[in-house]
Amino acid sequence: MIVVFLTTIGRSVREFVTNLGLATRIFFAVIAASGGLLRRPRLVVSQIHFIGNYSLVLIAVAGLFVGFVLGLQGYYTLNKYGSEQALGLLVALSLTRELGPVITALLFAGRAGTSLTAEIGLMKAGEQLSAMEMMAVNPLQRVLAPRFWAGVIAMPVLAAIFSAVGIIGGYIVGVKMIGVDEGAFWSQMQGGVDVWNDVANGVIKSIVFGFAVTFVALYQGYQAQPTPEGVARATTRTVVIASLSVLGLDFLLTALMFS
Amino acid sequence: MALQYKYVAVPNLVEIRDLHFSYDERSILSTLNMDFPRGKVIAVMGGSGSGKTTVLRLIGGQLQPQAGEVVVDGQIVHEMENKTLYQMRRKMGMLFQHGALFTDMSVFDNVAFPLREHTNLSEELIRDLVLMKLHAVGLRNAAQLKPAEISGGMARRVALARTIALDPQLIMYDEPFAGLDPISLGMTANLIRKLNDALGSTTILVSHDVHESFLIADFVYFLSGGKVVAQGTPAEMMVSTDPYVKQFVNAEPDGPVPFHYPGTLLADDLGFGAHA
Repeated sequence: MIVVFLTTIGRSVREFVTNLGLATRIFFAVIAASGGLLRRPRLVVSQIHFIGNYSLVLIAVAGLFVGFVLGLQGYYTLNKYGSEQALGLLVALSLTRELGPVITALLFAGRAGTSLTAEIGLMKAGEQLSAMEMMAVNPLQRVLAPRFWAGVIAMPVLAAIFSAVGIIGGYIVGVKMIGVDEGAFWSQMQGGVDVWNDVANGVIKSIVFGFAVTFVALYQGYQAQPTPEGVARATTRTVVIASLSVLGLDFLLTALMFS
Repeated sequence: MALQYKYVAVPNLVEIRDLHFSYDERSILSTLNMDFPRGKVIAVMGGSGSGKTTVLRLIGGQLQPQAGEVVVDGQIVHEMENKTLYQMRRKMGMLFQHGALFTDMSVFDNVAFPLREHTNLSEELIRDLVLMKLHAVGLRNAAQLKPAEISGGMARRVALARTIALDPQLIMYDEPFAGLDPISLGMTANLIRKLNDALGSTTILVSHDVHESFLIADFVYFLSGGKVVAQGTPAEMMVSTDPYVKQFVNAEPDGPVPFHYPGTLLADDLGFGAHA
């Protein structure tokens, strides 16, 4: 009984360390293979367009609803202390510092991340990656690297759109529906939001999340078993691992930035 | 006087020596020795699971042997640096069993892919070359279709056009005849032979199709259980008395290769074994 338990633990640890090592190797291989993209930026641009198209509507609609809710909840809390004038500040800080990068990354993992995993996994299952290798074209350079950098670039842009639309949502609920003073809403926001401490830190978070989510999605697709079940499992793993990574990294980054 | 190195072409483009390959515990190839002379069409035949496709992947450097070596153009494949391996692959073309076309690209772009990746040719010249290659496989007018819009047999022919896009020195075909209609089958077999002769390349043809393979091959290897069990010219194979070759060439159900996967008897599984 104890032997079986220890064997299971040992096997799990060994698999985890092996996977971590393999992921690290592939990560650096993708980075090393990225130099060629400077000569062919079109590959990255087309992927940004592709990934952006996948996620833009979802991000914008989600941002609007989160802004609505922030407007309502913020007003409810601030009104207790007679500080509803600070609603604009609360909405803007919540979105730029925390909700914008985190929710965008979670939605990005569910929408573009799963799509990337399935695409790469099916390319592998259809021997397209093998065919590329046999044509002396490195799939890490031709397939993974453009998608990786497209994800890293698209994430902060999508997070910015999420935050901007969220602020508009907060404005619609707070100012137009509840009746908070419009001047106070914008002026408190303008006076209280710091470009470096709040906006820039949010941007840094979204870039880090972009690295994490996009790499997890690509790695899972690249390592997927080339079968329908294998691709399905890889897609599920992308959502689970990417989401947990985002939340874990968020804690670490927040602790580092705002301590 | 400075030493001058002279490139001497070895007679065999590909040589396999004492090759062992296994997936974990499962042995696929053992003590395999094969020669693929330059300019010849060599057929590698054998039943399913005999290790034919594995041989192609080992030659292409996609798999690493546990022992022995594969030598391509005088260089040991598994000892090559990644850069050298990719340089070697530029001289190779491989037709995959299911075509392996890039599904996000049109037929035209699939064939143009290796030309765009490895040459600096103008788009006009690439267009002309691609149309010529597609014309050779009878699919010039399907150039703008997507892989999802063409049949499996047509996809194989497009893949063939892509394989020969860079006029490779070594062309490997993995089951090129599977799933083709009789017209396409004859045409593809002819094309494989003509391409080999016109390009002066070497062809390795992995196939089950005895009739078409024997028509175009110069030499045939029969694999079974990861070993060469028979070899010779197609004419020699046709009159061979080797039980394996006889069973394969004449499509006999009984012989050294069992139809049923080894294991328990049907009677035992159905519970009749005790009454027998």
